Amino acid sequence: MSLAIVQTLSENSLPPSSVAEDWRAGGFGLYLHWPFCQAKCPYCDFNSHVAGDVDQVRWRAVLLSEIARVATETPDRVLNTVFFGGGTPSLMDPDLVAAILDAVRAAWPLANDLEVTLEANPTSVEAGRFRGYRDAGVNRVSMGIQALNDSDLRRLGRLHSVAEARNAFAIARNVFDRVSFDLIYARQHQTRAAWRTELREAMAMAADHLSLYQLTIEPGTAFGRLANAGRLDGLPDDDRAADMYADTQEICGAAGLPAYEISNHARPGAESRHNLIYWRGGDYAGIGPGAHGRLTLGGTRYATQTPLAPAAWLERVERAGSGELPRQVLAPFDQAQEYLMMALRLREGAQIDRWDKLSGSVDILQKINGLDGLNVLHCHAGTLALTDRGRPVLNAVLRELLAEV
Amino acid sequence: MTDLAHIRNFSIVAHIDHGKSTLADRLIQLTGTVSERDMKEQLLDAMDIERERGITIKANTVRIEYKAKDGETYILNLIDTPGHVDFAYEVSRSMQAVEGSLLVVDATQGVEAQTLANVYQALDADHEIVPVLNKIDLPAAEPARVAEQIEDVIGIDASDAVHISAKTGLGIPDVLEAIVTRLPAPKGERNVPLKAMLVDSWYDAYLGVVVLVRIMDGVLKKGDRIRMMQTGAIHNVDKLAVLRPGMVDVAALGPGEIGIFTGSIKQVRDTRVGDTITHEKHSAQKALPGFKPSVPVVFCGLFPVDSAEFDDLRNAIEKLALNDASFSYEMESSAALGFGFRCGFLGLLHLEVIRDRLEREWGIDLITTAPSVVYNVYLKSGEMIELHNPADMPDLTYVDHIEEPRITATILVPDEFLGDVLKLCHDRRGIQKDLTYAGSRAMVVYDLPLNEVVFDFYDRLKSITRGYASFDYQIDSYRADNLVKMQILVNDEPVDALSIMVHRDRAESRGRAMCEKLKELIPRHMFKIPIQAAIGGKVIARETLAALRKDVTAKCYGGDVTRKKKLLEKQKAGKKKMRQFGKVEIPQAAFISALKMDG
Ligand SMILES: Nc1nc2c(ncn2[C@@H]2O[C@H](COP(=O)(O)OP(=O)(O)OP(=O)(O)O)[C@@H](O)[C@H]2O)c(=O)[nH]1
Ligand SMILES: C[S@@+](CC[C@H](N)C(=O)[O-])C[C@H]1O[C@@H](n2cnc3c(N)ncnc32)[C@H](O)[C@@H]1O
Ligand code: SF4
Ligand SMILES: [Mg+2]
Repeated sequence: MSLAIVQTLSENSLPPSSVAEDWRAGGFGLYLHWPFCQAKCPYCDFNSHVAGDVDQVRWRAVLLSEIARVATETPDRVLNTVFFGGGTPSLMDPDLVAAILDAVRAAWPLANDLEVTLEANPTSVEAGRFRGYRDAGVNRVSMGIQALNDSDLRRLGRLHSVAEARNAFAIARNVFDRVSFDLIYARQHQTRAAWRTELREAMAMAADHLSLYQLTIEPGTAFGRLANAGRLDGLPDDDRAADMYADTQEICGAAGLPAYEISNHARPGAESRHNLIYWRGGDYAGIGPGAHGRLTLGGTRYATQTPLAPAAWLERVERAGSGELPRQVLAPFDQAQEYLMMALRLREGAQIDRWDKLSGSVDILQKINGLDGLNVLHCHAGTLALTDRGRPVLNAVLRELLAEV
Repeated sequence: MTDLAHIRNFSIVAHIDHGKSTLADRLIQLTGTVSERDMKEQLLDAMDIERERGITIKANTVRIEYKAKDGETYILNLIDTPGHVDFAYEVSRSMQAVEGSLLVVDATQGVEAQTLANVYQALDADHEIVPVLNKIDLPAAEPARVAEQIEDVIGIDASDAVHISAKTGLGIPDVLEAIVTRLPAPKGERNVPLKAMLVDSWYDAYLGVVVLVRIMDGVLKKGDRIRMMQTGAIHNVDKLAVLRPGMVDVAALGPGEIGIFTGSIKQVRDTRVGDTITHEKHSAQKALPGFKPSVPVVFCGLFPVDSAEFDDLRNAIEKLALNDASFSYEMESSAALGFGFRCGFLGLLHLEVIRDRLEREWGIDLITTAPSVVYNVYLKSGEMIELHNPADMPDLTYVDHIEEPRITATILVPDEFLGDVLKLCHDRRGIQKDLTYAGSRAMVVYDLPLNEVVFDFYDRLKSITRGYASFDYQIDSYRADNLVKMQILVNDEPVDALSIMVHRDRAESRGRAMCEKLKELIPRHMFKIPIQAAIGGKVIARETLAALRKDVTAKCYGGDVTRKKKLLEKQKAGKKKMRQFGKVEIPQAAFISALKMDG
């Protein structure tokens, strides 16, 4: 069967709410990965590399060719968001960002409220480029501040001080419409009281969005190796981490920045629309080394992926005209699982009818009943969502819901 | 076929780690049996589990050829045996197939408990014994003192003990000469009906059942039709070979020789170690005496994690039992665990090895229930039942009294650790029988309840004496004591697989220890879980496992979905390694770990 036939079938005979076009409920976004950093942070397992000299001309050609390729596969789709993630995208030349966004504007019809986010590190060097990014079309910045005390920043291997970060953030607030910053907590030797104080300072700084991550010890990182050797002391145990999570909900809620996702807080309406695409099971194209995508093409949903190593990715694009590794077809049931995993992260929760459609009516209600009395989930008006009690144990809830389905 | 005068058959016996397998390596190497390229350390310890643990579990036979100083070439059949007490049955069986023993003694350690046990067995089997003092390359070696000790403690002449280093190869030619000159040639007659001893057997994926035999009388040829005298099974000899240690086909095996045959044997039950093999026609009149049956002392249930794998487990157990005559099994069913087998073992290491082999060699995930010894339960009706499984304990109102098996344990220990050893034995309800000194070491003999010993006594003994004590035991008698069944309740549901029999005075402390252990072993759930130990309806210990409060991925964006989904799949697979009791999932590993005592 040729691809063209599949497309005809999906476009003509299936209503938009069918399984095949399920992504429409989430929207369409573009993720671009810039894999370079000035130094590797000891906790970080993102695909990031420290490279002296990056040939931004070569990168521009390859990135543009990838945009063109993806665009021909997804013509006429309205693009809702663009996200420059990393690594450290604030190391990109503003010119390169401008060239990319020009190409994006030419390639897709844009939503009226197109959101263009760029992840930035808070050093003075980078702050110097902010205006250039804005002029290129970036309208939202997400800044990795990580901690509001200098000794913890050093322990986290960061190259900036608190003062520098505050300055960079102040500049960003001036330059961009929308700004957010990240903090990492449940750090080594961090007490509950210290975090509460730090978080209150963060509330005073914050605009309308903020990401608050509990430190995760990832295998393969410097922290991972230290932890394995038993040499990463002062980490909170699960009970204290749970307390700190509860504190975070309380303080942010009181400040008008409730969690709309496990680790993300915003004033209503100020959520990251790009990230919402992930959590609502929308489509996204992933461009750059190690970038993942989910694309519904001709009624079939694919998981796309590219090589992690920057050099391998560049060569692949240059040689084969596409950076992608072989695509994986996502069966409707895989989609159902992914949808539940992601959507339950959101306060708004998951739509039960979407689960039913994708899963072929595997009865989730029965599993939900099994969790009855634990007060971890609530079901209301066709929506399934975690309770305050359920949120910090989402993985356990998922294990139950998805066990033997 | 070789004439009897040019054959020598012997076993290599020693306490654990004294260097038997390393000596076997050198003998194999010096006689050029295996090419240098194929040689590796402890060549005969071929099983994964043997290589990992660095110990021999199965006895292994190798045929080597040696050109002696007298100019003649001899066929030597050596059997390398295990040293650990749990595999003593391998040693005693092997000894029946040969005429002599090399008694290896580590010259840095001296005589140990299994050295003694092995000597007694060798004397029982009428063996000629050649003492070999090993590890003389080590600075701590004291061959002269150890020779004296052998004479004092064991009472055999050690004046012409061979001094060697199995590691460096020093003295190995002397060992080979001693084998030829000091061990007797086998006896037997060629022109009489065939009598062959079934020494061992195992299952080979390509060849089917392989049978190891020692020819006593007569000749076994390829193509012969043979009969197993005990089971009556009749087979064709399809393949006949000697082990060097790979199989090398031969046309015939004569008296005194050792080799293997295969014969498309389908029924695993047809082969029983100790059986006598003769020809279908012109049969021998009288069978060989056979082996003393081994008596399993520890029992536990083995259940497939996935109940659909029961038939696979049955098949695997039958095949494995072929290779291990000291392991017994019968079918069992349990409300919580479904169908499985109640299995008997010679000790806890034996249990672990069998479970490991079933899992690795046959790919079956298993749940192991609490190990138990066999109690004699006397009912008021006068009837006595043998209790293999605490779950089967009759209601107390019917029970008159309960007897438990006791052992006589012999422990050799350097003076400095004696106090700790006596305390350990005392804590385990031991009664001291004897205490003597041999040089700077004490030999203590204790009467101990077997159930206090099987689980972790050996581990404890090793740790409190930093490995310097050695231990051997024999089952002695049954004696009545104040024994009760203790149940474990998890989330208010009794978990039968964790029930144990325990002395009343030790019940509280064991109950507390088990509850504490289980609290560590059971992962937190979304609700809190009481864990209790109870006798009858009475709770004697209690712990509470707090509810899970944090288990969530902090960052999960577009690039994390695939990884997250895999993690979830892995966790779901991990759930398979758990057993559901009511709403609680208990990891399989908990069933044995919960029983290990720390004190
Ligand atoms: N230095 C030294 N080490 C030796 C010598 N012989 C054996 N060893 C070491 O002692 C350890 C035990 O040797 P094995 O040959 O496995 O002992 P074993 O008696 O077969 O042990 P089991 O089969 O478990 O009872 C190994 O680490 C050997 O390398 C020797 O002559 N000198
Ligand atoms: C792609 S990263 C980095 C963006 C930017 N390069 C920076 O470091 O500021 C996005 C965010 O993930 C968070 N993060 C990274 N690794 C983490 C970990 N091991 N545990 C918790 N949060 C982590 C940090 O807050 C970081 O800002
Ligand atoms: S945390 Fe940010 S700056 Fe640090 S290594 Fe990771 S991507 Fe680079
Ligand atoms: Mg060995």
